[in-house]
Amino acid sequence: MTKAMTPVQAPAPPPQKQKFQFARYQDLALVPVIIILLIVGAVLSPIFLTPGNLIAVLTQQSELSLLVLGQAMILIVGKMDLSLESTVGLAPALAVALIVPASAGGLDVGLAAWMALPLCLLIGVVIGGLNGFLILKVGLSGFMVTLGMLTMLRGLQLAITEGKSLIDVPESFLYLGSTTWLGLPAAVWICVVCYAVGIFVLKYLRAGRSLYAIGGNSEAARAAGIRVDRVVWTVLIIGSVLAVVAGILMTGRLGSVAATQGEGMIFQVFAAAVIGGISLQGGKGTLFGALSGVLMLGLVEQILRLQGVSGFYIKASYGAVIILALIVTRFATGQKQE
Amino acid sequence: MTEFAATARGVTKRFGRTLALDDVGIEIRAGESHALVGRNGAGKSTLVSILTGMQVPDAGEVSFFGEPAPPVADRAAWRRHVACVYQKSTVVPELSVAENLFINRQDLGGGTFGGLISWKKLKREATELLETYDVAVNPDELVSALTVEQRQLVEIARALSIGSRFVILDEPTAQLDGPAIERLFDRMRSLQDKGVTFLFISHHLQEVYEVCQTVTVYRDARHIVTAPVAEMSKPDLIEAMTGEAGGLNVPSGADRPSSEELVLSVSSLSGESFSDISLSATRGEVIGLAGSASSGKHEFAETVYGLRKPLSGTISVDGTEVRGGDVPAALKAGIGCVPRDRHHQGLVLDLSIAENATMSTASRFVWPSAQRAAGSTAIASYDVKAAGPDQPVSDLSGGNQQKVVMARALAGDPSVLVLINPTAGVDVKSKESLLGVVDAQARRGKAAIVVSDELDDLRVCDRVLVMFHGSVVREFSRGWRDQELIAAIEGMSSE
Repeated sequence: MTKAMTPVQAPAPPPQKQKFQFARYQDLALVPVIIILLIVGAVLSPIFLTPGNLIAVLTQQSELSLLVLGQAMILIVGKMDLSLESTVGLAPALAVALIVPASAGGLDVGLAAWMALPLCLLIGVVIGGLNGFLILKVGLSGFMVTLGMLTMLRGLQLAITEGKSLIDVPESFLYLGSTTWLGLPAAVWICVVCYAVGIFVLKYLRAGRSLYAIGGNSEAARAAGIRVDRVVWTVLIIGSVLAVVAGILMTGRLGSVAATQGEGMIFQVFAAAVIGGISLQGGKGTLFGALSGVLMLGLVEQILRLQGVSGFYIKASYGAVIILALIVTRFATGQKQE
Repeated sequence: MTEFAATARGVTKRFGRTLALDDVGIEIRAGESHALVGRNGAGKSTLVSILTGMQVPDAGEVSFFGEPAPPVADRAAWRRHVACVYQKSTVVPELSVAENLFINRQDLGGGTFGGLISWKKLKREATELLETYDVAVNPDELVSALTVEQRQLVEIARALSIGSRFVILDEPTAQLDGPAIERLFDRMRSLQDKGVTFLFISHHLQEVYEVCQTVTVYRDARHIVTAPVAEMSKPDLIEAMTGEAGGLNVPSGADRPSSEELVLSVSSLSGESFSDISLSATRGEVIGLAGSASSGKHEFAETVYGLRKPLSGTISVDGTEVRGGDVPAALKAGIGCVPRDRHHQGLVLDLSIAENATMSTASRFVWPSAQRAAGSTAIASYDVKAAGPDQPVSDLSGGNQQKVVMARALAGDPSVLVLINPTAGVDVKSKESLLGVVDAQARRGKAAIVVSDELDDLRVCDRVLVMFHGSVVREFSRGWRDQELIAAIEGMSSE
């Protein structure tokens, strides 16, 4: 070792220990808020803390939470995908339409009923792949590409179904969204598994950590040997597939594919992600945070509903609550949201 | 009585628990070029932000030409007293030069359309202004299309046109190549003749001797000394900055054992802005690569590491050819790299030291405990001043950030190191320790290419290749003379 390698008399490290401790638990910043919401809900309504009600909240939020999972990963990698909400509707609609006869609103292609699920997932892969191609290979703005895709896919669904709901849905397609496993809806189990896998991958796999590197500084990630385009493309495809899964669950829960399935969800998706601490600039936030954002919105929505807020006001109050939640989160985490 | 363009007395500034300035002062005589030097964290940037009214000192006073400084809210008054050209640009890239010069003070013409911006007049005034200060830039050009040098000149011209006669240049030479630095100095001298005062901040002490008359040294938030440059020898200056006697302590590596074993061979490599370059390095050899910014040295080094695709030619490590234009392939073959710009390519600022340092390693799983351990090892081995491996690199000073980049380059234990500007923008102590790492790694049998214009960086090399317009034009073995090397870099023949 040369002289220069031996540690020189280091000045005492700056007193920043406390800040780190806080940063380490920033993930959990919303947990107290969720607990407070549970208490408030319980005080306001005797049935709030019953298993039935809580399961209802989880079930309602399961589809949103899958979209948020996908969007959170896409945001962390520094992109955004607005078209997820249209994918929720189009993928099941197109898959079902390729199977059922024209009399039931289909396209008269007549594919076998078992193909519904694989076909649906494949459509998700194609949409995500196409988004990725346009953004990464053609070099278009991600915001505009997915905004265009949002409108186009929604329009495509309306064109295929002529604006009608598809009611004659194959049994296999309804199963996941309507069954229960071990006393909990399958949808909830699927979310739990997806989040568990996501949290694990983003924490313990190099491929997962690379999302943060790319979102934080994609040039540095490239110089560190990360295959940036490949990772981003994969994340966009996973996001679309998660949106498809959400669409399948929603179809199963409702028993049909509505022409407006998924419409307007993207707003809640972004709200939940930002409330959960995901930065719109990329590179920051955790999936656990995003999940707590979803739960928080779900609890608020349920409290409003149980209070019998008039249908005319529920949308306005929900929007107001999201802004309020953003303010609360801003001060709970002590960080500015970009 | 001498007139002072700017004075600060008894200035103290705290950020939380950190004392950034501790009862310091500075007196800058009108018409001089005054250098402010100090290691990273000495308090230079804080003083600049106080002198420009961006921060209010906790105690102490600032005055310009004998008048007390205006209140902080009065930006316009501050801008008439003092202007600052920061390292980071303060112009709007997507607007034209003319509009940038008159931003928020565009001429509102009279007449029928009074109160509206008169573009014709704006352009005419911009042209006049640029001519006055002899800046050869088209006023219609977008600022984003300018070179760094032109952009700085536009910023200086803007500052002077607002009426300020005192200009702070914060590391203006960091991003310029040799001839551009000379042109900047010529301009500083001629403006000085016209009565403009400069406060000049730089890590390159040589520049202080070239262009300044007085030098002030800060260390650890305190004022150490102010003296005429002529009375301050370089070792004295370094001693004042570091608090230790002796000049820059960089191992020359003259006693490094040499080896015959070839580790890197590049044969007739061509790419964007360089062509047909062959080079080979043996174990333990450090090769310097010098040249102006347009010489193609950066492009060559980045091609070796796979950041750019070669047009033709091959790169082999230990006899195996490496796929071109593929960073993961280069890493796998055993090439590590410190990229050109640590903010742009070297670091993810929001992530921790541990995470940045281990970003290039190949394993599929990341165990946080192992990662933290690797981070702690990096902190210890490369002498990073930090609170711990979890600290985000954005908290670190420039020198310590650069050590993290070095740690990342070395994380996979590569056999070849490509180091581009490895000591850019770091203080003297960090420079010593970074160059010490290069020497130590060479002794362990690695080959290294050091791409730099800084003579200190090149002194650690066994031989120095000089590139000019995309080809290697000269080769110097150890013991070169400074003037000779500089002449070759500038494309002048020293014969």
